[in-house]
Amino acid sequence: MSLFNDIVNSTKAIIKGMSVTFSQIPKQKWTVQYPEEPVTVQPRYRGQHLLHVDELGREKCVACFLCAAACPSDCIYIVATDDPRPAEERIGVDERYASVYNIDYGRCIFCGYCVEACPKDAITHGYNFELSVYSRADLLKTKDDLLITKQKQSPNYRVAFSDEDVDSEYKVV
Amino acid sequence: MSVSTQNLPPQFEVIDQPLDTQMTISMGPQHPSTHGVLRLELVLDGEMIVKATPDIGYLHTGMEKLFEYKKYQQGIVITDRMDYLNPLGNNLAYVMAVEKLLGLEIPERAQVIRVLMCELQRIASHLVWLGTHALDLGAMTVFFYCFREREKILNLIEACSGGRLTPSYFRIGGIMMDLPGGFERRVKQFTDNFPPALAEFNTLLTGNTIFQSRTKGVGYISPEDAIDWGISGPSLRGSGIGLDIRRANPYTGYETYDFDVPVEQDGDVWARYMVRMREMTESLKIVRQAAARLKPGPVKADAPKVVLPEREAMKTHMDALIHHFLIVAEGFSVPKGEVYHAIEASKGELGVYVKSDGGAKPNRVHFRAPSFVNLSALPIMVEGEMIADVVAVIGSIDIVLGEIDR
Repeated sequence: MSLFNDIVNSTKAIIKGMSVTFSQIPKQKWTVQYPEEPVTVQPRYRGQHLLHVDELGREKCVACFLCAAACPSDCIYIVATDDPRPAEERIGVDERYASVYNIDYGRCIFCGYCVEACPKDAITHGYNFELSVYSRADLLKTKDDLLITKQKQSPNYRVAFSDEDVDSEYKVV
Repeated sequence: MSVSTQNLPPQFEVIDQPLDTQMTISMGPQHPSTHGVLRLELVLDGEMIVKATPDIGYLHTGMEKLFEYKKYQQGIVITDRMDYLNPLGNNLAYVMAVEKLLGLEIPERAQVIRVLMCELQRIASHLVWLGTHALDLGAMTVFFYCFREREKILNLIEACSGGRLTPSYFRIGGIMMDLPGGFERRVKQFTDNFPPALAEFNTLLTGNTIFQSRTKGVGYISPEDAIDWGISGPSLRGSGIGLDIRRANPYTGYETYDFDVPVEQDGDVWARYMVRMREMTESLKIVRQAAARLKPGPVKADAPKVVLPEREAMKTHMDALIHHFLIVAEGFSVPKGEVYHAIEASKGELGVYVKSDGGAKPNRVHFRAPSFVNLSALPIMVEGEMIADVVAVIGSIDIVLGEIDR
C-alpha cells in the first residue's frame, strides 16, 4: 500500500513540477544570444580603461602617479616625461605627460580605484569586457591600446540608460 | 575468495569476505557537488559512512597575509573575493571593523543603502544555494530559474557599483557613490516580481515528495552539537536555536527593521532548507522597508582625513585636493588597537578581527569565516548516513571554498 502511495505521490509531484516548467514556455525569455545579440551593460560598468583627451586631442594625463598609487594590484606602469614645446604642440595638456602608460590586464582586478583617484578625469572605465587574448604578453596594454582615440567600439554590447527597467533585458519570443 | 593463500608471504592477510570490510574513498577535489575544491576522505562500510574527513586548502590564496601589505582602503577589494556569493556582506564586515577603530559616524542614508544592498545580496546568495542544492539532488530546472532571478539582483548591484561579482561598493566612512537615478523604482520592480518566482520554487521543491524524501531526516545535528561546533547562520537556526546577529547584536540600524528570524526544530537537511527559503521572504521584507526609508542626504561621513572628498570639491578647493592626494597616495592612519566586528552574512557569523599599530596598513586582519566553521561540523552530520546523502548535506550547509581557504 505504501509503495502504491509512493508511486501516486511521486507522479503528482512530477506533474506539478512539469506544469511550472511548461508554463514558462510562452513567457518572455531572459537569455541573450551573445554574440549575435549585444548584451546590456549598466552605465557604471567597469570594463577596459579609456585614456581621455581634451577637445584639441591632447592627452589629459599629467603623470601624477596617483592611479598607480591607488591600484591594489600594482598593474599600472607610468613613465613621466617633460615636454618643453609650446602648449599647442604638446602631446599632453600640461608640460608633464606620461610617455609610457601601461596597464597589465593579467593583474588588473577592475576595482575602479584608479578612476576614483584621478584628479584630471584622464582615466575612466570603458565598457569593453572582451579582453581574451591568445598570448599572455598581449594582456599588457600600452597607450596605443588604451587611448580613447585608438579604441574601437565593439558591437557586442550596449550601455543601458541610467534608469532603465530591471526587466528590460526580457526578449519577446 | 578464490585467491590461493599458499604462495603468499604471511604478512599479507587475505580477506575472505571483501564486502565486510571498510573502504576509503576520496570525494573531490574535482567533484561537481562539493561546491568548489573541497576533498572529502570517506571511510565506507558498504554504502554507510563510518568516517568523513574534510580536506581543505586547495584554494588557499594567502588573502589574510595580503591585507598586511595593502592600505586599509585597498583591503576592501580583497574581501570581495572571499565569499564570492556575498561580496557586499564581506565589504560591510571589513569596513565596519575599521570604522569601529576610527570611531566614525556613518550618515543615515549610507546606512539604509548598506542594509538595502546587503539584503539584496543575501537573496542572491540564497538563490545560488537553492539552485545548486536542487541541482545536486537532481532537480535541474530550479537551477535555471534561480540564476535568472539572481541575474536581476546582479544587474541592480552592477547599476550601483559597476561590478557584478566584485562590487567593492562600501567604503570606509560611507559608500563609493550615491545610488543611480531611478534606483528605487527598479528595486520596487524587483520586489514586486520576486514573490511569484519564489512561489514557483516552492511548487517545484517544497511540495515535492521526491525532494522531501531526499532531505527529511538526513544529516541530523542536535542543538547541543551545533553549539559545540560553533555553527552559525541558517544552519544553526535549522537546529532550533534562533540566534541571528541582526537581532542579537544589531548593526547598521537592523534593530529598527521589522522582520522575523525563521527557526526550524528538526536539525536535518530539510530544516536548513526551510530556514533559507523563509529567510528570502524576510530579506525581501527588509529590502522593501529600506527602499521606503531612502531620503536625500550625504552618503559619506564627515571625516576629511579618511573619506575621499566629492569630485567637484576636489577640483575646486585646494584643501580637498590635498586631502585627496594624501588619502590615495599614503592612506590614512588608524589609531592603535584591536577590534572584532561580526555581522550576519548569508552563511552565518562573519567576524573580522583587525589589529592596527597606528599606521596606514593593518598589522593583522583575520576573518572568522562562517563556511569554515560550519564545514567542521560536516563529519557529525554525515556519519552513519548513506553515501548518496553526502551531497545533500554539503549543499545544506552552504559552503563557499573561497571563504574557507582565504
